[in-house]
Amino acid sequence: MITFQDVSKTYGQGGHVALREVSLSVEAGEVFGVIGASGAGKSTLIRLINGLETPTGGRVIVDGDDVAALGVEGLRALRRRVGMIFQHFNLLSGKTVAQNVAFPLKLAGRPPGEVKARTAELLERVGLTAHAGKYPAQLSGGQKQRVGIARALATGPKILLCDEATSALDPETTEQILDLISGLNRELGLTIVLITHEMDVVRRVCDRVAVLEAGRVVEAGAVEDVFLHPASDTARRFVREGEGEIGGEVSAAPGVGGRLVRLTFQGEATYKPVLGEVARATGVDYSILGGRIHRLRETPYGQLTLALTGGDVAAAIARFQDAGVRVDDLSETA
Amino acid sequence: MDNIDWSEIGQATLDTLAMLGGSMVLTVALGLPLGVILFLTGKGQMLQNRLANGVLSLLVNVLRSVPFVILLIVMIPLTVALVGTSLGVAGAIPPLVMGAAPFFARLVETALREVDKGVIEASFAMGAKRRQVVLGAMLPEALPGLVAAATVTAVALVSYTAMAGVVGAGGLGDLAIRFGYQRFQTDVMVVTVVLLLVLVQALQMVGDAVVRKVSHK
Repeated sequence: MITFQDVSKTYGQGGHVALREVSLSVEAGEVFGVIGASGAGKSTLIRLINGLETPTGGRVIVDGDDVAALGVEGLRALRRRVGMIFQHFNLLSGKTVAQNVAFPLKLAGRPPGEVKARTAELLERVGLTAHAGKYPAQLSGGQKQRVGIARALATGPKILLCDEATSALDPETTEQILDLISGLNRELGLTIVLITHEMDVVRRVCDRVAVLEAGRVVEAGAVEDVFLHPASDTARRFVREGEGEIGGEVSAAPGVGGRLVRLTFQGEATYKPVLGEVARATGVDYSILGGRIHRLRETPYGQLTLALTGGDVAAAIARFQDAGVRVDDLSETA
Repeated sequence: MDNIDWSEIGQATLDTLAMLGGSMVLTVALGLPLGVILFLTGKGQMLQNRLANGVLSLLVNVLRSVPFVILLIVMIPLTVALVGTSLGVAGAIPPLVMGAAPFFARLVETALREVDKGVIEASFAMGAKRRQVVLGAMLPEALPGLVAAATVTAVALVSYTAMAGVVGAGGLGDLAIRFGYQRFQTDVMVVTVVLLLVLVQALQMVGDAVVRKVSHK
């Protein structure tokens, strides 16, 4: 649905480089996250998709069109197929909720009857029918973002771009908005690209994620893989920030001997008493040095860092693997 | 209060209001597009054009730096060419507009600068044409600022109309100068000053009320 081919973006002549040869592709119907610190280039990346920015190198293909090659009219047509929501909502302060939602329809020259019906339908969808006549300043942050979402959906887009859409919201509201976004993905089959600096957002809604650092994609893949087995320092840092320091990685613990391993349980295996069974069967003792149990979208997962002592350690590792638990040997790499 | 001829004061008040109304309409008609173009041709804006912006900016600065009393006199030939006379209400309007439109244009430019860039970006992201962004998003979002700018301009025009009295425009300022100042009729001076004050106060109150009405921040 969206393909970046060696895309670079430099601002000004010989100025700031925002993106360096970024290649990635977003499949139709998936929720694709781009995570990065501020200044990593994610804002630029998302704006290349609807032509708010133009690349200085490479190509961006969206829904079959090379964005840079589209004329003025072509670009406007593309923008009606690509909705966008923003961190600070960017609603028109002088227009009511209903007028804000109707705005893109009026821009597209739709007849008044259709505008009215569609606006009502969209407000219903985001649960703001009762607030249709209010002005944005009278709404809470979450309600403003709902207006933003209704507005972005007005022209019936295939793609929704979320530019830090929950970064200005409190945790509870963030969850509601993320649920709404997930629902749109499931029910309307919308392809969603969201940029964020919060791993938690990625964990809750994304299918795949790209990690951006100083304009480069340093890691990309299924959220499960990047989240549970981050390969880059940047990804590891984001995972750790998302969990707080307590659940963080333990690579060595003073006074603890034995073989250091990290077990990753996913799905069904998370709830099985694997640890006890293996310990009894192989005579291995274990100390738990660190761990986390959480959910990736709907899938539960657990990750434990253990020090294994005594008994048959090799057999224990084999049994863990038989039970569907991924084992990473930290002693070897350490 | 024996120097006061109320019918003359009434006529002068009507003249002042006519000058103010006529010049205000034309000032907005000229100054608003000028301010919009000044803003849009500025650095980083959608019609960025250094030459056009430089020329317009210079024109505005030149007109604004000429003291209004001088502009009144310098403009006489042009005024006569435009309206056939340099006297009375009609003769006052061209210099008033020439003095106030550049001032209003700068205020418009400032008001547009206050519009949230995110709203403009969002409008483009929705597939708006430039014209739609300017007319449908930028100007409506700037409306409270534009009304405030118009209010300031109208108040400035009141004092300009008083100066226009110097070159035979009539109105309350003219009355204050001819009777109140040159003939030492203090009572006439006091009455005209009070009327001007009431006019300015009324303009400001109406302007503020409209700003409150159109502002939804």
